[in-house]
Amino acid sequence: MVRYLAPVIIFAGMIGFFYVGLQKDPKILPSALLDKPAPTFTLTQLHKPELNFSPADMKGKVWLLNVWASWCAACRSEHPLFMEIARTSDIPLVGLNYKDEAGNAKQWLRQLGDPYVLSAADLDGFVGIDFGVYGVPESFIIDKEGVIRYKHVGPVSRDDWRKVLLPKIQELRG
Amino acid sequence: MRKVLFLCVLIFSFSSNVFAEAEPVEDPAIKERFKAVASELRCLKCQNQTIWDSKAGLADDLRKQIRQQIYAGKSDTEIVEYMVTRYGDFIRYKPAMDGKNMMLWIGPFVFMFIGGIMLVRYINIRRKETKNENVEEISEEDHLRARKILEEGGDK
Repeated sequence: MVRYLAPVIIFAGMIGFFYVGLQKDPKILPSALLDKPAPTFTLTQLHKPELNFSPADMKGKVWLLNVWASWCAACRSEHPLFMEIARTSDIPLVGLNYKDEAGNAKQWLRQLGDPYVLSAADLDGFVGIDFGVYGVPESFIIDKEGVIRYKHVGPVSRDDWRKVLLPKIQELRG
Repeated sequence: MRKVLFLCVLIFSFSSNVFAEAEPVEDPAIKERFKAVASELRCLKCQNQTIWDSKAGLADDLRKQIRQQIYAGKSDTEIVEYMVTRYGDFIRYKPAMDGKNMMLWIGPFVFMFIGGIMLVRYINIRRKETKNENVEEISEEDHLRARKILEEGGDK
């Protein structure tokens, strides 16, 4: 009996593994920085180049760092949602303008609206590397102590926001 | 003719420029290390290529980062560690031999071992079976009949 059942069981096991494994998106990687302090950096602000921004400025707040660029097509699709969040909530959205050109970036925000408290200009993309950014857009939820608590790769959909990101932020705000 | 010549000059001058920019002249030892480290890391944008092979913008930035760190005197393992802390284990093209990756490394050998045991057992069982078949007694009557068949070409 075992003799005939064994292949069936092994086959069922393989099907189980494939069923779970093949539904995962290999493009979405777990962040190595999860639950670790956000990398420190100091960048000039996009709109006020004479002023700097550093994550330490946001200490005591739960905030969202959104990596965006004017050349990034997917950023356009999540933009209306961020506009809405900026209008309807007091969650601070900080932009990290990744490998962009200041003129293009400002033009983009003029056209589509600017949901960000401010945008830090990461022109050569080195801060992006520190954050492990590999595909724009990416969004990080950073808590009051400056620890990265969640990372979202790709455009944030309304569903993602309502079901995952917003509850996470509310939980961290306490 | 002059137009063709002009075009050739244009094309070749352009391509030589491109190469000059892509590979600045440098110490061959450093270049060797650079290539080795970059070939060990995965380009996360095009996941089946190494940073060395990839033409993605991100790979370009990471190559710059590797080169800078080599010049800053970092060791190869330090550079790989730097990448792993930012991008996670997945950036290693060859997974590290530690805890949760152990299955990747020893798994094939474990399966080969199990397969080997099963094969040996199967062969033993088959051998026993065929041996049993051989020792089956042949009756005197059958012997005679066989001899008769061989000698007379069969009993019709």
